[in-house]
Amino acid sequence: MQNTQTGVKTPPRTTAGPTELDAASDVKDAVTVAHTATVSRDVRETVGEIRVADPRIRCDNVSVYYGEKRAINDISLDIEKNAVIALIGPSGCGKSTFLRCLNRMNDTIDGCRVTGDIVLDEININSPKIDVVPLRAQVGMVFQKPNPFPKSIWENIAFGPRIHGFAQDKDELDEIVVTSLKRAGLWAEVKDRLDQPGTGLSGGQQQRLCIARTIAVSPEVILMDEPCSALDPIATAKIEDLIDELREQFTICIVTHSMQQAARVSQRTAYFHLGDLIEVGATDQIFTNPRHELTEDYITGRFG
Amino acid sequence: MSKQTAPAPARPRPMDIVQAGMKRRYAEERRFRFYGKLAIGAGLLFLTLLFTSIVANGYSAFVQSFIQLEVYLDAEKLDPQGTRDPAQLGTADYGGLVKQSLRSAFPEVSDRRDKRALYGLVSSGADFQLRSMVLEDPDIIGTRQTLWVPADDDVDMFLKGHIDRSIPEADRRIKDNQISWLDQLAAEGRIEKRFNTTFFTAGDSRDPELAGIRGAVMGSLLTLMVTLVLSFPIGVAAAVYLEEFAPRNRWTDLIEVNINNLAAVPSIVFGLLGLAVFINFFGIPRSAPLVGGLVLTLMTLPTIIIASRAALKSVPPSIREAALGVGASPMQTIMYHVLPLAMPGMLTGTIIGMAQALGESAPLLMIGMVAFIVDVPSSVFDPATVLPVQIFLWADSPERAFVERTSAAIMVLLAFLVVMNALAVVLRKRFERRW
Repeated sequence: MQNTQTGVKTPPRTTAGPTELDAASDVKDAVTVAHTATVSRDVRETVGEIRVADPRIRCDNVSVYYGEKRAINDISLDIEKNAVIALIGPSGCGKSTFLRCLNRMNDTIDGCRVTGDIVLDEININSPKIDVVPLRAQVGMVFQKPNPFPKSIWENIAFGPRIHGFAQDKDELDEIVVTSLKRAGLWAEVKDRLDQPGTGLSGGQQQRLCIARTIAVSPEVILMDEPCSALDPIATAKIEDLIDELREQFTICIVTHSMQQAARVSQRTAYFHLGDLIEVGATDQIFTNPRHELTEDYITGRFG
Repeated sequence: MSKQTAPAPARPRPMDIVQAGMKRRYAEERRFRFYGKLAIGAGLLFLTLLFTSIVANGYSAFVQSFIQLEVYLDAEKLDPQGTRDPAQLGTADYGGLVKQSLRSAFPEVSDRRDKRALYGLVSSGADFQLRSMVLEDPDIIGTRQTLWVPADDDVDMFLKGHIDRSIPEADRRIKDNQISWLDQLAAEGRIEKRFNTTFFTAGDSRDPELAGIRGAVMGSLLTLMVTLVLSFPIGVAAAVYLEEFAPRNRWTDLIEVNINNLAAVPSIVFGLLGLAVFINFFGIPRSAPLVGGLVLTLMTLPTIIIASRAALKSVPPSIREAALGVGASPMQTIMYHVLPLAMPGMLTGTIIGMAQALGESAPLLMIGMVAFIVDVPSSVFDPATVLPVQIFLWADSPERAFVERTSAAIMVLLAFLVVMNALAVVLRKRFERRW
């Protein structure tokens, strides 16, 4: 099912194939022609609309410190409900760090300190009083490297629902496993070997297994930290399809190094540079009509 | 080569520099490998020497010489009243019967000193053997029984060829008349070498032919059981807390340094500590496997903690993130994912610690497990000794027969160590195959 889908798809789909270079030059050409950036490289204030009408998460002046070093500076940004927001920027710009603030994964890093307000359901989830366990059930995460548990495929999916007590018995648990795998587009490939180790799947399958594991807990927000960076273009295409489908039900925030991917899957894009949020706006506008020179430099491939 | 492009002082091509150095680099490489092989060879050589010397010394301890006796179970001597009362039968003079049997086998011996030499041919264990035979079946009283009794240890040594009959009589433990009697017995087919079951079924004894390792083996097992039951949970809990929960600060650094230091503390110090704390302060009975196990727990804990922490460290952080990312609490993350992955390493560390504890003798000397104990211990409160201490005790004994028993006990100890290490490998494999 998944395989036939990749063949016939929208134009962005075909460019996701081995012809990434072409796609890059497409975007580049479009931007070079437009050359619209008006805000100087020296400006560090965020350009564009940081607020949206219907935010799922609202961030106010979020800063992160690793020890004495400040990794991101005073970022304010809304994560729109039932939409995909892409965080792009060169390595070390703080986009992953920012993403990990949203479900408090930075707590696991020694010496990491987060300031500012991150409001979800009118509660500041950055407060030390917040219990991170239910928060992480509400805000799920898919990591850069596929990290299935070294257990069976079934166990991988069932772990989350079981610890949260979603199922009364094994039948209910089975149902959750099957639904999650179906929604992650993995069911057809693994339905005969649910008892086999999840680590025996291919990289792309593993990542979809991780996505299935995340949605099995029924989160409201899914954070994805470069979910396709370790995958080949075909597997990437499948994940991108999946993200597009999941958008209807979840709010998704994705960090990516691939500008083509950001352009394909997201509605809004935020560009980070050295810990600052430089520009945020509708994805179309960012890629065709950037207003900040740094954004333009990055998407035209002048650096990054 | 580079000079052919003269007159300008041309630089040699990088490839030429590389080529020029290759020979030297390969020579270094070969030397390096040779050193490695040399080190392994030396290790193997010493191991072979060790095993050869132990086996050569000890294999003969697994057989024991027996002498056939014909004993007339005189009802007059054993049970004059004819009541067949076990209490009466138990105290009868069986030694007299054995002596009588020897006298009747060699009727020509009449001198007192010669008679004593004759009686010395068989072990004092013969009396007990006869006694238990009668107690088991009192009906044999009044009959003539043929039985094999263990030979005395010096006789055994002579029969095994450890005592040379060509050296002067005054310098050997077996006298000329004894040799002639033994030759006569051998000619009649009344001397046999049999598998030495006593060695595995008896406790310690002053008579080498009656001494066995059962007491020491049981003592070792009980002690190790106490050690395992205490040190594994404590060690794993400490490692999990330090590795997964404890904040990194001056206190935890201090604790870590101290644990590493404890691993290097001479074991006898732990023995002194055990003597002062467990025996003198808490009043736990001395010489007991319980106190031995406690002392060995102190000694093994650092090993287990260090190995367990290393095992926990080697679990990839991505597994922890994955579990935390779906909303598992830290404890669930550890119990469901981190511990199972770290368990093989922890088990290896534990078994290495246990093997260390099994071979330890110094701290047990301090807490009285060096006592001469004949009875086989049946609980952790009974006085006991352990295998290495038993080896130490036997190595200290003057009798020639204890030399081979020392080596045999070492072989048994080594066998236990091999079994434990094999167990570690098997456990590790099984745990790893589950995923």
